[in-house]
Amino acid sequence: MILVMVNKRFPMQFCHYLLILKNYKNYMKRIIFLQIAFISGLFILGCSSDPKSASNESTNTSTTSPSEKTPSSSAVDDSKGSGKFTDVKLTHPIDQAMLKKGQPVYDVKCGACHKLTDEKLVGPGWKGVTDRRKPEWIMNFVTNTDVMIDKDPAAQAMLEKCMVRMPNQHLSDDEARNVLEFMRNNDGKN
Amino acid sequence: MRNIHLILFCCATFAIVQSCKMKTAESAVSGDAASKVYVAPGKYDELYNFVSGGFNGQVSVYGIPSGRLLKIIPVFSVFPENGYGYSEETKPMLNTTNGFVPWDDQHHLELSQTNGEYDGRWLFANANNTPRIARIDLTTFRTAEILQIPNSAGNHSSPFITENTEYVVAGTRFSVPIGDQDVPISSFKENFKSTASFISVDKTTGHMNIAFQIVLPGMNLDLSHAGKGPSHDWFFFSCYNTEQAYTLLEVNASRKDKDFIVAVNWKKAEEYAKSGKGHKMATEYAHNIYDEDKQIASSTIEKEVLVLDPKDCPDMVYMIPCPKSPHGCDVDPSGEFFVGSGKLAALIPVFSFKKFTKAIVDKVFEGDFYGIPVVKYEAALYGEVQKPGLGPLHTEFDGKGNAYTSMFLSSEIVKWSLKDLKVLDRAPTYYSVGHLMIPGGDTKKPYGKYLIAYNKITKDRYLPTGPELAQSAQLFDISGEKMKLLLDFPSVGEPHYAQSLPAELIKDKSVKYFDINKNHNEFVTMGEKNAKVVRKGNRVDVYMTAIRSHLVPDNIEGVFVGDEIYFHVTNLEQDWDIPHGFAIKNNPNAELLIMPGETVTLKYIPQKQGVIPFYCTDFCSALHQEMSGYLRVSPKGANTPLKFGTGVIADTLSKK
Repeated sequence: MILVMVNKRFPMQFCHYLLILKNYKNYMKRIIFLQIAFISGLFILGCSSDPKSASNESTNTSTTSPSEKTPSSSAVDDSKGSGKFTDVKLTHPIDQAMLKKGQPVYDVKCGACHKLTDEKLVGPGWKGVTDRRKPEWIMNFVTNTDVMIDKDPAAQAMLEKCMVRMPNQHLSDDEARNVLEFMRNNDGKN
Repeated sequence: MRNIHLILFCCATFAIVQSCKMKTAESAVSGDAASKVYVAPGKYDELYNFVSGGFNGQVSVYGIPSGRLLKIIPVFSVFPENGYGYSEETKPMLNTTNGFVPWDDQHHLELSQTNGEYDGRWLFANANNTPRIARIDLTTFRTAEILQIPNSAGNHSSPFITENTEYVVAGTRFSVPIGDQDVPISSFKENFKSTASFISVDKTTGHMNIAFQIVLPGMNLDLSHAGKGPSHDWFFFSCYNTEQAYTLLEVNASRKDKDFIVAVNWKKAEEYAKSGKGHKMATEYAHNIYDEDKQIASSTIEKEVLVLDPKDCPDMVYMIPCPKSPHGCDVDPSGEFFVGSGKLAALIPVFSFKKFTKAIVDKVFEGDFYGIPVVKYEAALYGEVQKPGLGPLHTEFDGKGNAYTSMFLSSEIVKWSLKDLKVLDRAPTYYSVGHLMIPGGDTKKPYGKYLIAYNKITKDRYLPTGPELAQSAQLFDISGEKMKLLLDFPSVGEPHYAQSLPAELIKDKSVKYFDINKNHNEFVTMGEKNAKVVRKGNRVDVYMTAIRSHLVPDNIEGVFVGDEIYFHVTNLEQDWDIPHGFAIKNNPNAELLIMPGETVTLKYIPQKQGVIPFYCTDFCSALHQEMSGYLRVSPKGANTPLKFGTGVIADTLSKK
């Protein structure tokens, strides 16, 4: 078995080797060119994939200390985040049925890390969150958590601050919407 | 050019020398073996391989072809690693009529089947020592049910199953007096019996029940397999010690030239059971079920079993002579051929189901064994594989007309043709192969492609680790005419039989976490708001939550030496692979691993006063090291008030 393989493979390799010797000069030129191209490519890649580049955007948004009350207009993040929610319809006054269902979702899946005041526990307090974030961003963040933490500038900035990845609590779409209503109520919206 | 020829010549010479060298115990592995077993980082294996754990009482799961160990499933043995058998929820799983039995000897596995093919629902496992059968759920890879078998000892020819998982069988290796009678050992012939239990499996829930138990003469039932296709209604058991020896079996049970294959018509038995031919016998056996909804196991003691006596049930059991203490009893994919492997025989008999049934119709019997008709050997025989090797044990099939038999004594796998019973190929194993397994090799449609030898002796195959070594498994490629050794991989416990199926059949059904909203554990804590400590007499229930990275409550005061404290820890996470662990200093118990959405309970009875730390044992986040708390244990009779909390110690007394 091994003998057969030796016979088949070695002549091929040797021919290849001779060919290389003939075209040695051209070959070296090509290699140097490829090396340069490759190294340049690395630089370009390195720049574009630097996760820190995202922090530019986040400085004026989510890194705002939660203890700063009355968020200024510059602290509002207009991003809708990434996920399936692109247009969330809000009702005025708030939907009482949704609010009622949002409370137990908060108690079981969120309350261990988020206070209802502006005090940070594991994650930021929820006071004012509906002023800081678009409803779509909130719903995308709680349903598409891992993608958002990996890609969304504001979510990444929060990770740097809290040092704990927000657990994906697998909220259903309805649970997410109900919890949003619970947040709006907490912020005194009507 | 001359140089090239010279180099080639040198290479060829070197290759020849090398290949000669490789025919030693280092094994001949062909050049492309590595690429056939290499699974690139991030890629999945092609097959799951469920391997019995033997004396570790567990089941291990390997990926094939890589041979990587993926998981150990605790079944009959406690498992401090995740708290199985230590948590209050799982303790009842190991209950028996002799109390808590925390260990067993786990030999054989069978995957559930529909129409003679694996359906990826359950895995059945036997316990040899304290006769039991377990059912493992393949969505959670957890033991879901354990049923004790009464009137049994050495539950070896088990847990083989019928084509549609109608029944799982349990046959006794050690005959014993039925009903735990106190009789002289020398009264074997009069008093000792073997039994074959048929356990029905509920099609939806998988729940097991002993439908009937067939009482057979005193002898040792060894292995078994169900018929399929034309032989669907039948079950075949090998047996040895028909000499009925009860001492020095090594010699005394090896006297006869032939023992038997016991053929049971289970369809007939089922009819007899339904028509009242059996009798209900008072006995006791434990039936333990894990309730996934309530997240707790319960143990019930069953009180009777339906017994069938072949004397009252004609045409239910027949014997077929089989040479020299047969061990393996295997049925080919077509269901027409069944193979008995006499451990001490120099040949392998292959029986024909057609000939066997014709012999019954024509009454070609050579006598009877305790009233059970014995069919003439030649009348049921299809043919014999001559000179296959020494010590045939087990046979599996590739679905292409070939059979593969493990040879313990001559330490090899022998491939032979079912058509003409000629030996086609041999491959050495390192060393002394016991069971062998082809994925689907005991079903109607073998997956083929691979064969794994589970060897009994390891010796020098791996780096030495003192006198006690891992076991040695060897993966062969059987897709071509010749078997090719691809890989050695160490295995834990002592593997006997194994099962393997394509990953696609189960991987997408695997549970990732438990929905907290469906957690109906009596002691669940739905959110930190509900965390509390409740005292009733000297029983203290701690309703605790865990989430990255804190426990609530993490400060507890007002418990006393001798209190029975139950920590009911609910993991509030709802994401895959975020378990939390829980351990208490000085607790003479184990830790818990709590899966997301689950509640698990650890009992602790403090023996001494002091402040006892508890903490999460599973590295869960950057702040995992902070995930801890304190329990203040006061002396008995002290008046430390009950306080608990996280962040601030609440001065709240427990509500009750």
